[in-house]
Amino acid sequence: MDIKNTTKGFTNFFSGSSTFGKYFPQTLTVFVIIFIFGYFAYNAQVNMDNRGIDFGLRFLGEEASFDIQFSLIEYSGASSYARAYLVGVLNTILVAVIGIFFATILGVVIGISRLSSNYLIAKVAEWYIEIFRNIPLLLQLFFWYFAALRALPLPKEAINFFDIAYLSVKGLYIPKFIWTNFDIFFYSIIASIVAIIFVFKYARNQQEQTGKRIPSFLISLGIIVLLPLLTFLIGGVSLSFEYPLLTQLSKTIFNYIGGVAIIPELMALALALSLYTATFIAECVRAGIMGVTKGQKEAAASIGLTPGQILRLVVMPQALRIIIPPTTNQYLNLTKNSSLAAAIAYPDIVLVFAGTAMMQTGRAIEIVSITMLTYLSLSIAISIFMNWYNKKIAIKEK
Amino acid sequence: MYKYIKQLTSLLAVFVVLFAFANEAMAAKKSKTLKNTIKKGFVRCGVSQGLPGFSNADASGNWTGVDVDVCRAVAAAVLGDASKVKFTPLSAKERFTALTAGEIDILSRNTTWTLSRDADIGLTFVGVNFYDGQGFMVRKDSGITSTSQFKSGLSACVNIGTTTELNMRDFFTSKGISYEPVVFEKADEVVAAYDSGRCDTYTTDKSGLAAQRTKMKDPDAHIVLPETISKEPLGPVVRQGDSVWEDIVRWSLYVMIEAEEYGINSSNANAMKASENPQIKRLVGAEGELGAALGIGNEWSYNIITQVGNYGESYKRNIADTGILPDRGPNQLWTKGGILYVAPAR
Repeated sequence: MDIKNTTKGFTNFFSGSSTFGKYFPQTLTVFVIIFIFGYFAYNAQVNMDNRGIDFGLRFLGEEASFDIQFSLIEYSGASSYARAYLVGVLNTILVAVIGIFFATILGVVIGISRLSSNYLIAKVAEWYIEIFRNIPLLLQLFFWYFAALRALPLPKEAINFFDIAYLSVKGLYIPKFIWTNFDIFFYSIIASIVAIIFVFKYARNQQEQTGKRIPSFLISLGIIVLLPLLTFLIGGVSLSFEYPLLTQLSKTIFNYIGGVAIIPELMALALALSLYTATFIAECVRAGIMGVTKGQKEAAASIGLTPGQILRLVVMPQALRIIIPPTTNQYLNLTKNSSLAAAIAYPDIVLVFAGTAMMQTGRAIEIVSITMLTYLSLSIAISIFMNWYNKKIAIKEK
Repeated sequence: MYKYIKQLTSLLAVFVVLFAFANEAMAAKKSKTLKNTIKKGFVRCGVSQGLPGFSNADASGNWTGVDVDVCRAVAAAVLGDASKVKFTPLSAKERFTALTAGEIDILSRNTTWTLSRDADIGLTFVGVNFYDGQGFMVRKDSGITSTSQFKSGLSACVNIGTTTELNMRDFFTSKGISYEPVVFEKADEVVAAYDSGRCDTYTTDKSGLAAQRTKMKDPDAHIVLPETISKEPLGPVVRQGDSVWEDIVRWSLYVMIEAEEYGINSSNANAMKASENPQIKRLVGAEGELGAALGIGNEWSYNIITQVGNYGESYKRNIADTGILPDRGPNQLWTKGGILYVAPAR
């Protein structure tokens, strides 16, 4: 709104022809922006020419010839730089998703705990927030990686979880799932989800029309357990496990081979990001809950709702409208903060692409631009999703 | 057209120099970097963030090392004072950008000379001040004494943005060994991770391994394996497109090596002015006009030798006496069984 007012001020200032006054500032702004960016581009071009550097994206197709520690897709040193970029982006998304998931759960729990009438719980939550919020993230990251995870034993003395998973300084080794006919199993999951959506729709209709409550949660649970189970029994789906095996590599060097390795770099990064961001989300949640007027809770209590129902049915739906916008910011922060990964050897886009690939090709301008665009796209995607969700839960005036 | 004019001027400049009509301002005019350096009064030099023997700062901020000495030699040659250097510590990742963007004028940071770096990204390597090769370090108690004992499943700690990352891949792939590369941005983090048992082996240039070993909690608990898996000629780098500056840096390095060859060192340089040998006299500036050809004062080589010393002195002071690599190996003069062989300064 402010912008419009300023424009109006401009219009008045220029006065005279109203069309001129209306369009002139906008046109001028556009030209100034084009000029500034054009100048930057031109300047970069001239300087690069002077130094014998050419500009182009052809390098993306060349062989990367370096290995990456951890990848969600097939990758080897013979793959292209474009493939290495994709590995980096996926690793960034992976740690962002894990971080957002745990930060949200932890943040909601801590946020509600801070408002607890139990003195101990409220104080513990408060101290947690004050400590983790006020220490720089990079230091926390170093703490978890170099101090905490380093205290783990070597593979030979790994912490054993029921002989199926092992935790050591080299990471958490868990069994690998080996599927036959995985596609049938996958379709059964999709079918279950579709069925559950129908059940919920039907249950709501029934309740609205007849007032009868259908135990939709139990039915859904039954569907999602039984249908995939059926594929095992008659669909030819089977599952076996490949367990990590302690292997001796030399006199004192041991390592687990086989299974799936969750590298300590990922654990430390996810841990640090979740614990740090959870404090901010907790404060958003607290603000949201406190933003719901006391009268709402009292009114809900007066019609006989239990405290759990009050929170779930009355307070939370209203609080969410206050919580979502600032929490979106925290999700964006978490995603961008994941670029600190490079400090502890987690192969995210900054380490792999803006690090190794940039060094090997020397294409600083191209690679930094691509990396910036990638973060921009990730952030915009998160924003779009959160704005959609925000609209969905907003008050719908009928 | 512009290129022709430029070439013609260079040709003309060469003729002018040949006929000894040159003055220093001529070359200085041609070299923007030289002009700026003289104007600023110091040489801007990019070094490592701390690699003993090559470039390392002590508690009071004094830089020492063979890479540092290259920059000091240039300062002695151009400004007559080896102390007039501003050092910028750079990570492996930042180094080339800092140079091409003009933040520094010499990159003397144990940088491997490769074709793609030389040709592709606007850099020019001027020479080699240390012949190195990549090796592996393991814990002594691991029982590994040779890379032939490596098995699939090893994890290797390595520094980002180095040729090391590529050589390591070539090495393991050619042997059919699958390994886990753990890549860090700073050398200190690599060492910390290796020291704590995150990695089974630490790989970088052998001189680097030897230097980092001295920094570890218990240096004797680690050994450097005998195999060398790559050629790593390390040397100073300048920006492409300033050939006068390139020549100054190249010949500042060469003079240090040539001085050793002719037995000139920081303590006898003055006496050598009276030598019978014309080549020695040229090196200490008592004869000839070598400096003018580079657009700098004729005392340039004398200043390098007296203020920084010859290559042998620099090596002894920084690498041998500190216990990093007492044996000069390939970094010995060609006359003494090494491969240090530079073009004659004449």
